[in-house]
Amino acid sequence: MASVTITNVQKNYGAMNVLSAVDLSIADGEFVVLVGPSGCGKSTLLRMIAGLEEISAGEIRIGERVVNDVAPKDRDIAMVFQSYALYPHMDVASNMGFSLLLRKTAKDLVFDRVGAAAKRLGLDVFLQRLPRQLSGGQRQRVAMGRAIVRDPQVFLFDEPLSNLDAKLRVHMRTEIKALHQQLKTTSVYVTHDQVEAMTMADRIVVMHDGVIQQVGTPLELYDHPANLFVAGFIGSPGMNFLPAVVNRRDVKVEAQLSDGQTIALNAELPVEDGERITLGIRPENIEVGSSDALEVKIQVIEPLGLSTQFYTTLADVQVCIYAMGRTDRKPGDAMRIGIRAGDVHVFNPATGQRIDPAA
Amino acid sequence: MIAGRSHKARILGSIGLYGAVAAYVIFALFPLFWTLKISVTPQSLLYSEGITLWPSSATWENYKTVLRATDFPRYFLNSVIVSVVTAVLVTIIASAAGYAMSRFSFRGKTTVAVTLLLTQTFPLVMVIPPIYRIMGELGLTNSLTGLIIIYTAFNIAFATFLMQSFFDGIPKDLEEAAMIDGCSRSQALRRVIIPLTLPGMGATLGFVFTAAWSELLFALMLISSDSQKTFAVGLLTFIGKFAVDWGQMMAASVLALIPACLFFGFLQRYLVTGLTAGAVKG
Ligand SMILES: Nc1ncnc2c1ncn2[C@@H]1O[C@H](COP(=O)(O)OP(=O)(O)O)[C@@H](O)[C@H]1O
Ligand SMILES: [Mg+2]
Repeated sequence: MASVTITNVQKNYGAMNVLSAVDLSIADGEFVVLVGPSGCGKSTLLRMIAGLEEISAGEIRIGERVVNDVAPKDRDIAMVFQSYALYPHMDVASNMGFSLLLRKTAKDLVFDRVGAAAKRLGLDVFLQRLPRQLSGGQRQRVAMGRAIVRDPQVFLFDEPLSNLDAKLRVHMRTEIKALHQQLKTTSVYVTHDQVEAMTMADRIVVMHDGVIQQVGTPLELYDHPANLFVAGFIGSPGMNFLPAVVNRRDVKVEAQLSDGQTIALNAELPVEDGERITLGIRPENIEVGSSDALEVKIQVIEPLGLSTQFYTTLADVQVCIYAMGRTDRKPGDAMRIGIRAGDVHVFNPATGQRIDPAA
Repeated sequence: MIAGRSHKARILGSIGLYGAVAAYVIFALFPLFWTLKISVTPQSLLYSEGITLWPSSATWENYKTVLRATDFPRYFLNSVIVSVVTAVLVTIIASAAGYAMSRFSFRGKTTVAVTLLLTQTFPLVMVIPPIYRIMGELGLTNSLTGLIIIYTAFNIAFATFLMQSFFDGIPKDLEEAAMIDGCSRSQALRRVIIPLTLPGMGATLGFVFTAAWSELLFALMLISSDSQKTFAVGLLTFIGKFAVDWGQMMAASVLALIPACLFFGFLQRYLVTGLTAGAVKG
């Protein structure tokens, strides 16, 4: 096991810059998830840690060792690919034992380790099968097994679950997490799915256009998104955004929406009277049927049983509201809602950065 | 079959399908059958019996003559040497080139590819005179080595593209997984990529072998002595000044089919997977 330290790393393909100045420290034993929309450079960063992609500038260390010029085979890492990349001409046992055989491990030790890993993953009855004789979920397990028999310093995962159906994906998610809790091997996990990131990560790294947007625990990101991108990316259903203008009167600060309705803000916010801001409000932080209230118009109601999702318009913007329980309201109805000042995230619309109350 | 169609419609559909396949097979194989028929027809019956599907009496006489009394066995051996050596050489070179074209980006890659493609667009007749001159200077006319060199050169372009497509069909992930598992690039090539490319190599071997086996133009131009003739040229010796010995010529042709059949029989296992490799995602 080892830490991974990424210092000022860049990646260019010819003139195109896909990663700019990435800094990230991953602690020993930590499970870090790189998340971001497709094409943001997650895989590129992971592949640079693996040694499959050259590092254009900067430095990557695994443990104390700088690995910029170390071949993949000498980095002592294991990787699970999105395509699984199982060797089609080798049976499950050989697939899993391949790395050990290459390291000239004694045959019976290989046999034991493969057997133990197979047992743990429920693959023991498939050891003699070829990959094409397995289901997608079983192949995924073989790919995992191939990584864990190695007992490497670092596990790298590149969207390992994205080829599975939804149910299996949820199942494997917990299984991978349980595996990490047993093995405690440093892991870097790439996904475009923020739910996967939230459920699995010790820490999440949100990336966008080759730049790290924010690093933090799942709840830190959820409660204090550093900018509009992270705010919109983390959470499902996503955060509502409303343009507004600041009304500052003595000790009271309000945000005035385009239709004239106002939302109270934290008075400590460093915003000027008349300043344009963007409000971010999570669907579950909107209180339905509140007395001192804003009015919204219901467009669509989605009953989920345990809860209800309302799609409404407020000041000509679509606003999603997530309320517990059921409702007898109808689309087309007006509805009164309340929002607590402490639940409103405020962003600078020009820079996209979060504006926090002065401490 | 589409569910819900009536029994009768389904039977008619099958009859139509198999009928069409049978018609195609007959169409394709009829010339072969005719060759076989003439090869076992005694000389005396060849013109006297009119057109029949099978002669009233069959004979091995033509085969005996071809094998014992002509130079055909020599031609045959020459063809085997030329075709096998060419097929092996081309497959090795094209595999290496195809791998490079598939996996690496290097300066001039496009130029190389375009040049290879261009060589395929010249009519052969155009390049025969210069090649004859060059081979003459090198002392390679009238020699099997010369033929092998030319066949190799002419088949490499196509074979390289073929091999490249087979390598393209093998996901890069596999090599990368192998390199992370502990292989160097050459180990990854040996232990993962080559085993998976064997069907492709088999297909290439087969195509090049057949091309070399039946090549006539260069063999005709470059070979003059009997001892160096390939069978395709040799067949022409059955055309005499005054008559064509059809029976012997056809017997020789049938014999010439044997190695091609054996070769493909041997490769068939690989060919079926080879020609469909990459069609489905592994
Ligand atoms: N070999 C390459 N050559 C040029 N551009 C590439 C190459 N590989 C990836 N890219 C580009 O780099 C960016 C990041 O890719 P990637 O890391 O695969 O994104 P992600 O995994 O986040 O979806 C993309 O815009 C992609 O087009
Ligand atoms: Mg990716």
